Amino acid sequence: MMLSKLNPGEIATIISIHTDEALHQRLLAMGFRSGKQIELIRKAWFSGPLQVRIGTTDILLRRAEAEKIMVQL
Amino acid sequence: MKRIALLGMPNTGKSTLFNRLTGSASRVGNWPGITVELLSGKILLGDEMVEIIDLPGIYDMHGFSEDEQVVRHFLHENIPDLALVVLNAAQIERQLSLLLQLKQFKLNMVVLLNMSDETKKLGITIDVNKMSATLGMPIFLLSAKYGTGYPEALQAITKALRNSVPSMPESVRKLIAQDEHIEREMAQIILQTVQIPARLPDNMTNRLDSLLLHPWLGLPIFFGFMFLLFQAIFLFGQPLQGVVNALFGWMREHAFGPLVGFLPAAIQGLLLDGVYNGVATVAAFVPLIVLFFLFMAIVEDTGYLSRAAFLMDALMAKMGLDGRSFVMLLMGFGCNVPALMGTRVMRSRSLRLLSMLVIPFSLCSARLQVFVFISAALFTPKAAPVVLFSLYLFSFATAILTALLFKRHYPNTEPFVLELPPYRFPTFRQMVMRGWHEVYQFLHRASKFIVAGVVLVWLLTNLPPSAAPASADTIAGMIGAWLHPIFSPIGISPDLTIALIFGFVAKEIVIGSLAVIYGMSGDALSGTLASQLDWVQAYSFMLFTLVYTPCLSTIATLRNESQSNKFMWFSIAWSLTLAWLLSFLFYQAARALGY
Repeated sequence: MMLSKLNPGEIATIISIHTDEALHQRLLAMGFRSGKQIELIRKAWFSGPLQVRIGTTDILLRRAEAEKIMVQL
Repeated sequence: MKRIALLGMPNTGKSTLFNRLTGSASRVGNWPGITVELLSGKILLGDEMVEIIDLPGIYDMHGFSEDEQVVRHFLHENIPDLALVVLNAAQIERQLSLLLQLKQFKLNMVVLLNMSDETKKLGITIDVNKMSATLGMPIFLLSAKYGTGYPEALQAITKALRNSVPSMPESVRKLIAQDEHIEREMAQIILQTVQIPARLPDNMTNRLDSLLLHPWLGLPIFFGFMFLLFQAIFLFGQPLQGVVNALFGWMREHAFGPLVGFLPAAIQGLLLDGVYNGVATVAAFVPLIVLFFLFMAIVEDTGYLSRAAFLMDALMAKMGLDGRSFVMLLMGFGCNVPALMGTRVMRSRSLRLLSMLVIPFSLCSARLQVFVFISAALFTPKAAPVVLFSLYLFSFATAILTALLFKRHYPNTEPFVLELPPYRFPTFRQMVMRGWHEVYQFLHRASKFIVAGVVLVWLLTNLPPSAAPASADTIAGMIGAWLHPIFSPIGISPDLTIALIFGFVAKEIVIGSLAVIYGMSGDALSGTLASQLDWVQAYSFMLFTLVYTPCLSTIATLRNESQSNKFMWFSIAWSLTLAWLLSFLFYQAARALGY
């Protein structure tokens, strides 16, 4: 399922990342990697960005980007 | 079951290859020696099932990034039956180092040179047979993207697996042990000598976040907090400003005045009413600037600004901007110049230009001085902070309006991904350093523009010598009269028009030039302004000052960062137009309502 479909508080595992190369590199640098656990902390109002946690790092990303990251509950 | 470890640098198509090999049958699992989970999958090779493990991409087998440590620990604890090394063939000259490092490990290896389609396009040819013979291991060219070269590679992998005896020579174990020793030493040294600023425990950050990032309360809290902040600046800054003013007044009367007493009257006037009054008026703002940046430093260093990006991104997206643009807009409240330079983090040119178009509407600390002075002179102590806050709202409103109007010309698809730092207490030293740095910058700018500016104003308001100072017959009076048709519909008098012209150079000069125009400073200047203007005129003047081009430095930065004269002129023209229209609407509406 898409990362954007998680509910706040749910923890899933990253399966694959389907973004262009530049964004993929940035996500890698922030710790997005297949096999890592990712927790959705909260979603901002008005379809704003998501706050996710990988390890001890908190990251903000828009829903459009979160739709390109596949996870498994 | 035999195990294959997939190794390689980042960005080699390793994961694409993994997905292709395993199909969708992958799972996540724990491994001895490491704390992160790794993705693995089982496939049928020849006549036996084998497990493939996708290791993180790394640059250096002996490096100390998190990923490099993970790979090293994995190999140490779980020697694979086969190491499948994926290299980007198009960057082979850079990537060969990793392969040679791995060769020292004496692992059973098969090398795949991926992205052979790209090498072909680049005209790179690799003599695979020769390389294979030189290194003593099977090497294959393939394209994970198009799926070419697979059958041969799979055959070689199957063959290599058949008679593998996983082992690791003692020399390699020593090498790894050395690296692990360095890891431990690193951790120990950092523990003993590196002080990381006090960080709230995670659950405290979480609890604060659940309030400050609350879906409904988040934004009201943010704006309430900002309001209190500016109230506090006003509350503490004003008395300090009075002290500095009194100090300069006393020095003029008892030190500087008598010192220049022997000079001719005209020169004395230039020095006392020009330079001294101008500089004294500007210097009185130093405490305010210190306070402002002290508070901004606290907001920024605590990590609250990134939270603001989170809260505002949904709204900013509707304006064609993103949360980072909002943070830059807030930074612009200090000074527009670094905020403009901060847009460099944006990769999309459209997003950058649109952000640079709205940032100059941020009410910077130089404009704050003007507003603090005028609102204190024209409004009651109770009303003044509210007036100030309303100007901040106008600052946002003009930025929003501009973005909405022009977002179609700057379409943007840039992804928004940002790290959210935990809340931190800035150290006292950090705050002091920051405050000092900003004051230094302010005084540096001031020494460049303000003295020259106030001297020029004095000359304009005192020449020709036959005219009475600051009267209609002086050069300034004539310029003011000439521009009168433009500025009278917005309630700005010829005197104030001169101040606006100088404000184009730098807003720091505006109050200084008023001091020179009226030949007085401090409380006396406030009194004169109060007697010459009503609140509607004063507010119209402040609105115009808020919206029109901030200063020459900002323009120069706009030009440099956009590399476009057209964009710079467009920004100047738009802000002047908007400033006039806004003041016009306000002034005429207020007068029509009988104020």
